[in-house]
Amino acid sequence: MKIVVFIKQVPDTTNIKVDPETGTLKRETAGTVMNPFDMYAIEEGLRIKEKFAGSTVTVVTMGPPMAKEMLRIAIGMGADEAVLLSDRLLAGSDTWATSYALAKAAEKLGFDIMLFGKQAIDGDTAQVGPSAAQYLNIPSLTWVKKIKEISDTELTVERMMDDGVDIVKSSLPVALTVVKEINEPRLESLKGKMRAKKYEPAVWSLADINGDEKMVGVKNSPTRVAKSWSAQREAGKAEILEGDATAKAETLFTRLKELGLAK
Amino acid sequence: MSEFKKEDFKGVWVFAEQRRGVLHNVGFELLGRGRELADQLGCELAAVLIGNGIKSKAADLIAAGADKVYVVDSPKLDHFNDELYANVLSDIAEQFKPEIILTGATAVGRAFFPRVSIKLNAGLTADCTAFELDMATRNLMQIRPAFGGSLMAKIMTPERRPQMSTARYKVFKPLVKDPNKKGEVIEPKIKEDSFSARSSFIEFIQEIETTINLSEADIVVSGGRGMGSAENFKLVRELAQALNGAVGASRAAVDSGWIPYSHQVGQTGKTVSPKLYVACGISGSVQHLAGMQSSDVIVAINKDPEAPIFGVAKFGLVGDLFEIVPALTARLKKG
Repeated sequence: MKIVVFIKQVPDTTNIKVDPETGTLKRETAGTVMNPFDMYAIEEGLRIKEKFAGSTVTVVTMGPPMAKEMLRIAIGMGADEAVLLSDRLLAGSDTWATSYALAKAAEKLGFDIMLFGKQAIDGDTAQVGPSAAQYLNIPSLTWVKKIKEISDTELTVERMMDDGVDIVKSSLPVALTVVKEINEPRLESLKGKMRAKKYEPAVWSLADINGDEKMVGVKNSPTRVAKSWSAQREAGKAEILEGDATAKAETLFTRLKELGLAK
Repeated sequence: MSEFKKEDFKGVWVFAEQRRGVLHNVGFELLGRGRELADQLGCELAAVLIGNGIKSKAADLIAAGADKVYVVDSPKLDHFNDELYANVLSDIAEQFKPEIILTGATAVGRAFFPRVSIKLNAGLTADCTAFELDMATRNLMQIRPAFGGSLMAKIMTPERRPQMSTARYKVFKPLVKDPNKKGEVIEPKIKEDSFSARSSFIEFIQEIETTINLSEADIVVSGGRGMGSAENFKLVRELAQALNGAVGASRAAVDSGWIPYSHQVGQTGKTVSPKLYVACGISGSVQHLAGMQSSDVIVAINKDPEAPIFGVAKFGLVGDLFEIVPALTARLKKG
């Protein structure tokens, strides 16, 4: 089984601060982490590998050279190989263009299963997995919480919908996006860490994946960011309710009643 | 592919999602906003309805504002299937060339719209919370939160058509239904190969919810680190019950094992935008705010007056939640 896991380096939003003067994000102080959902995708890839002798797990990311460090974490967890897709031509790609590039990389690698985290926590779009699948004309199953059955030719998964769980079957090759419930990601092993230390990920350019320049980059991305601004609401706008607990409860009750939110 | 001309694309479309024959409310909400957009652009508003045995639902969509409903009713569309939905919607869009296509940012919408955007060579913007029009260019300005809600972005698709978005549930207002409104039901011809897929539906398992569904709830009461223990979460449950709301939690509470993950509100949990959100003992991390700050009215109960949650709250109750929450529950019960 050939498994390819796509991961992304994202700003560490637990540390991200908004500049009170400019109202923009202080990205440079935030540091970067592996997108948390991608850990689950790697773990699931490793679990499939353990079921099928002779399987390989390859992790792929698109980003600047510093993303190599994140790839080494995946190697430390047990991935066999890692690829960094890095090219100036790719800079500023939106999801439409990014998924094209990832699809081309997957095509070059060859695969039975593509795995993605359900979404990245910076853009929060959840669009890249199913979009890459469409470029490759393969099925995509999103929000996978469990792989129930898997063989060389097909799999059955449980996916989390808004109202419950859909159980769905698909032939391979297939693209899956996974949610947190699917597993408990392992830590890097000592042996893995040793290997990761010396491991040098392959670095591929757009030409290396036979990518078309007209399909990528900020210029060829269908969507443009026209404007962005800090979403922090004005502090101190809240009405602070006075008095002891009973008095506060009484005032809040009155306010909620006025707003039709309490009977 | 025939030559692409932006001017050939006309009309605002709303994909009307249904599950087991029940239309999702977000479709009605988007018809409400879609009506305004279509009127401003001087074009028609259409709904797209696909499924099995659902044709009769078209009348509801017309009453909710649609001038036209494109219906594809087939036993092959009995259940949601990413490939089939993407094929069929793309097929209709290629025939009738809409300028804008909106759908709810639901599990279904977010699963198959990306595929449609690739098939149609169109841009797609996720999880929008507002729309504006630039009339000079007829560009749809799609406003959405990013970076876990700490940043808002205005996104446009200047060169491609249709302009596609998924939009957040419970943000837009549906129109009051007008049963006398006239509209046209169209059953477009669908290519036979649009009905072939390699994935297939087997079974649906309804989640056994003893409490009200979080994302659907009009009122959500959440507990955070300040609750201190699983035992104390009963205060949150009691308050939720008194308000007839659902129970939510911050990640800290879930990670401490006080309440299951299905209750988690925030960037890595569920996004909610109820009419009322009561945060008990939640400081308000960026990640938590991302999942609830579009709520209409936010009440914060916390002992730390500096907690970021007060920055998004309409009403702040500073003090001991173990006194305030039971007092509030008691007051609500008294009525």
